[in-house]
Order: sequence, then C-alpha cells, then structure tokens
Amino acid sequence: MYLASVGPPRTPLRRAVRNVPGNVVALGIVSLVTDISAEMVTAILPLYLVFGLGLNPLQFGLLDGLYAGATAVLRLVGGHVADRWRRLKTVAGIGYALSAIAKLGFLVAGPVVPAIGAVLAIDRAGKGIRTAPRDALITSSSDPASLGRSFGVHRALDTVGAFLGPLVATLVLWASLNNYDSVFVTSFALATCAVILLVSFVRDQPAPPPVQAPAPIRTTLGLLREANFRRCCIWAAGLGLLTITDSFVYLAVQRRWDIGTSVFPLLPLGTAGTFLLLAIPLGRLGDRIGRWKVFLGGHLALIVALLIICGPIGSWWLVLALHGVFYAATDGVLPAAVGPLLPEHLRASGLAVLQTGQALARMAAAVTVGLLWTLWDLRPAILAFTLALLAVTIAAAIFKPLGVRR
Amino acid sequence: MTRRLIVTAIGILALIGGAITYVIQARDGGATENAVPVVSGQPMLLDGKTLFFRNLAPGPDSGKLAAVPVADPGTPRRVGELHCDRFAAAHGTAICLRLKPSSLPPLTEMFVLDANLHERHRETLPGTPSRARVSPDGRIVNWTLFVTGDSYAATGFSTRTGLYEVNTGRLVKTIEELAVFVDGKRYFASDVNYWGITFGADGNRFYATMASKGRTRLIEADYRAYRGTAIAENVECPSLSPDGRRIAYKQKTGPGTWRLAVLDLATHRITHPPESRQLDDQPVWRDNSTLLYPLRNPSGTQDIWSVGLTTAPKLLVPQATSPSVS
Repeated sequence: MYLASVGPPRTPLRRAVRNVPGNVVALGIVSLVTDISAEMVTAILPLYLVFGLGLNPLQFGLLDGLYAGATAVLRLVGGHVADRWRRLKTVAGIGYALSAIAKLGFLVAGPVVPAIGAVLAIDRAGKGIRTAPRDALITSSSDPASLGRSFGVHRALDTVGAFLGPLVATLVLWASLNNYDSVFVTSFALATCAVILLVSFVRDQPAPPPVQAPAPIRTTLGLLREANFRRCCIWAAGLGLLTITDSFVYLAVQRRWDIGTSVFPLLPLGTAGTFLLLAIPLGRLGDRIGRWKVFLGGHLALIVALLIICGPIGSWWLVLALHGVFYAATDGVLPAAVGPLLPEHLRASGLAVLQTGQALARMAAAVTVGLLWTLWDLRPAILAFTLALLAVTIAAAIFKPLGVRR
Repeated sequence: MTRRLIVTAIGILALIGGAITYVIQARDGGATENAVPVVSGQPMLLDGKTLFFRNLAPGPDSGKLAAVPVADPGTPRRVGELHCDRFAAAHGTAICLRLKPSSLPPLTEMFVLDANLHERHRETLPGTPSRARVSPDGRIVNWTLFVTGDSYAATGFSTRTGLYEVNTGRLVKTIEELAVFVDGKRYFASDVNYWGITFGADGNRFYATMASKGRTRLIEADYRAYRGTAIAENVECPSLSPDGRRIAYKQKTGPGTWRLAVLDLATHRITHPPESRQLDDQPVWRDNSTLLYPLRNPSGTQDIWSVGLTTAPKLLVPQATSPSVS
C-alpha cells in the first residue's frame, strides 16, 4: 500500500512522504494522536497535582523520578516479548492501550498519592513497552535504502502531536471551565482512537519462515557479541552519558538571555519546531551520505549550541534551532542506522537494548549535571560536559561501527 | 476494507462524541447543592472579628471566599461573590490570589482589596498561587507563586516570591535581589528560591525562607535597607507572632513531609505544639498563643484546625483552607 496515487496539491510534505510505506505513515498517525493525548496530560499535570489536589511540588518530583528506571527495563521486556511471539503490532498495541487506560486512572486515583504514582507507572510502562516493537515495525516495513526517510516521517508526525497536545489541553480547559477531569477524559478518548487506528490500519510485519525455537534471552544478549551492534550501543550510551538533557538546556538559555517566566515554558516549542521541519530532510540526508555521519553531526550541532550558551555571542533562537537539529539528526537516525544490522527475528529486542542503554546514560547525565551545577554552577558544568562530548564525538567518528556503511 | 473503515470511523466518532459530551456537562460544575449550610447575600467586612477562608465544601459555592465569626466558627459560613485560591488580610487590607482560568502556562491574578473587600489594585503574574500575606500595618501585601520548569527536573518547581506596596504602588516581582549574608559573608547562588514572607509590626522587619543547594535557611531582613541575614536552618513558611517573639513554621521531617514547629527568636529554642500530623502551609497566629492551619483529611480536601502552644488541637472549620483572621 503506497501513497503514490495521491494527486495534487504537491506540497513539500506530500513530496516528502511520496513512496513512504503506508505502514510507516499509519504508525506515524498513531503516534501523532497518542502524542496529543500524552502531551495534553503532561501540560496540565503539575497544575492538576499542585493546584487541583493541593499536593506539594516536591512530592510530585519524587513521583516523577521513581519510574524512569522501570521504563527502561520494560522497554527491554517489550522488545523481547515482541520478538519471541513474533507479534510486533500486538505488543506495541498493548503498550498504547496501557497508556490509554492510565488516563482514566487519574479520575479513579483522585488525590491519593500512591494511586497517582501507580497511574503514572502504568502510563510509563505503556510507553516503555511500545517503543522498540514500533521502531522494529518501521524498519521491517521500509526499504533499507530509504529507512532514514521513513523514521524521519514517523518522527515528524510524532512531533506534530507534541505541538498540538498543549493547545488541545488549553482548549478543553477553556471549554470545560477549568475542569481537569475533562482533560483526562479527552486524553483517554484520543489515546483509544490511536489504538483503534493501530488495530485497523497498521499491519504486522510479513511473517518470516517460522523460527524453530523461540528466541531465548541468551540470544538477545548474544547480539552484544556481534561487534558492530555492540559498538553502536557503546557509542550511543557513551554519547548519552555526556548529553546535556533538555531541561538544563532550556534553563541555561533562560539564564543567559534572561527570558521571562511566562515565556520560559514555550522554549521547547522552538526545539520541537526545528525537529519537525528537519526530521525528514535529515533522515533522507542520512540515507544518502551515511546515517552514522548525520548522527554524529547532530551531536556537533548540540555542541555548538552549548558553546553559544557559554560564549559571549549568539542568540537564544539559534540555540533552540541547533537543539532541534540535534534531535532531527539523532532521534530517528540512530534506529535507522542500527536497525539493518539486526536480524529480523531479533530486531525489536536489539533496538530495545540500544535505546535503553541510551536512555539510562542520559538519566545518569542529568543527575551528574545536577550535581555539578550544585558544586560549581550551571555554566562550568555545561562547558565541562560539552568539551567531553566533543572528544567522544570525534572518537565515535574515528572508531565508527564498521557495519554502518550507509 | 470498506467495512473496516466504517467500524473504525464509528468507533472514533463515538469516542470523540463522548469526550465532547463530558466536557459540556463538566461546564455545569457538578454538584448543584452545597454540602454544608451556606449563607449568601450578607456583607463581608474586615472588622477584626472574622475568620476568612477558602470554602472547599462541594457545591456551587466551592472555591469562594467564606467567613465565620472567630468567636463562633460553627455557624453557617457566609459567602460572597469573590473567588480566591489564597486569601489573607490585616489592618483593613486584603490580598486575594486567583489562578487565571485556562491559562497555559499558568498565570495568577493578584487583587488588593480594601476593608469592604472591594478591588483596589490588580496584577497578573506568572505561576500558580501558593502563599499570601499582608503586613500587620496593612501597607505591604506579599505572595509566593509556584513556577514550573524553572529547575532541573523537567517537572520541577521553583517559587517566585514578590510584594506590592499598597500606598506607593511599588511592585517587586521577586525578592531574589535581596542582599543576603550567611555566616557574615554575602551569599551568591544561581539557584536561590524564596517562599513565605512574614512582616513584623513595624512594617519593616520581615522574615522569609531562602532555599539554595538543597538547604533551607530562615532569613531575617530589613525592608528599607533591603538586606537580610540567615539566622536559622530548616525553617520553612515562617509566620511571626503578633508580639514579634516567635516564629511558627513547618519543619521538614523527611522528603515531602513537614510538621508544625515554633522557634523562639530570643533563645533559638524550638518547641512543638501538640500537633504531629502532616502540615503543608504557612501557619497563622490567631493571638500570641494560638495557631491556625489547614490539614489534609482522608477524603482529600482540607479542614482548618487550631492548636495552642501547649493545648490540644481543635477542628475549627471543616472543608476549608487558607485561614486568615481580620
């Protein structure tokens, strides 16, 4: 099923998604609707907890830090189970459904902190479970030569959802006269729509010849004995360990250019906007000149952005644009680079290992930056990280994984 | 294919329709009956004999400013038309903080009110209401707002504490510029947060909590000189007694847990009134030996309690928060 038969108008987006497999577009739409639903809740959650329920923000921070590790583990579980059952679509669907149910959980949980914690945990679990099988499905549904573009299309659609989420939340709050439950109900409805779209329009990968024995966990770990894949994981985690996480970037931008509190929450939109515009072009560039080059180039963009923050020249919008380039050149490009290295029957597990390593490394980075900030101050902490990241990026360019030709 | 399309369309339309229906019925605001007796249409004045609070009892008047006589808090609560998330009053001046409806990122409206609770001044500030106070002489109103995303957890909060001089119209959006000395040295840090101002009777001496690098300190400050000194640690949401001798505050007992404590300013001795339950607010002195404060109840709302420095706690007003006597 190709979208080639669609007639005029031939907008740039039309041209970009021409010949993109229908399955990838369908997965992109599912992600778009899911992201509207998720970002709606993210936008109002602090307000709801602190204001609607009168919890202390500190309790909220504790809740939030609790599940990041669990999400990482579930990502591995989701990838493994999807490969083992040979059911990528089903496992991804379970992940989407769990997150949808969690939205209603907020209504049931009320002001009870442990119950809210459980609801957030279910929501994160759903996100963790679905990521690897979804990316494996994108890989299986695409022509290896244009995989970067496929991931670019998916990530661009996903980001549109992230943009719309807060807007829809504001609209619902306005229409319901500030009723938070309405936001949760609307979010649930949208998340369920996404599950229906997945069931109806996303096709599971074409069944390969049945594997004699289901892949035991040893085989997933056995992937790491494969030098190329191992190198990819090590570099992704190594770069992740030195990646300044988003909230620090926005904070540093706010301090450097003294941005007002009411504008501050809008800074991520600058990053997301660039990501949205460049996800597809940079994905295609990766297809053409090599995905690993683009992946490392994205890190160079982040390095330049951070140097501008620490330096005397430049402007905040340039930093946000470069931050968006970093995302557009890494977020979908990495799975596109690594996916083809993995055997089809272990693709979800392999991508899960890769992404989990990267996520855990970035969490460690966030903790370290927080610590250095407290000890030194924000700017020296960022500068130290940036120089280390530059060294590792150069090393990753020299000792690149051999299998990543393209 | 066609059948699949139809089934999918029906499912999606049903879900979106359901959500829209829910939003529309939510506009009517749920309960139509007040859960507790409420009297409306009575005048509300700052007469010095009234306990004001935010009414939390379910019903059409939930969220409104309510009042009962201090001497007889059991009488049915009087409500007007004023909605306040936080309220405080002293000496004929009141402050009312209200979250601006459906503003993302959130904004707070700050109203200064006169003795008849009529609006004198209004400001719109970023953040969500957290604390509010009026200096004992009625000349300075101050507030603390939560501002999101200003710290290193993506979902972290920071606080923004400001004040407004009623007579001169001088607005200080944040007191972070205050020159603070810790152990005799001027303290500089990028992560300073203030919350919970309390003024003395002279309208010049004030106290506030300063948080930085994981520690909270009590700052004693001079408003005219605009400088302050750290005089104690682990003191949050300070509240100065009318005689200026003691500070009631919430003392941290663990992550996200606090209890009521009282610091004697002359001896620096800390005592605990007989109230060991979880407190998360700036206490209010009713007189020099009685404190008022809201506590969370099992059903998820809050009740206003009072406790003496050595006498047992009493439930004053159920389903209410943000107490203020004026």
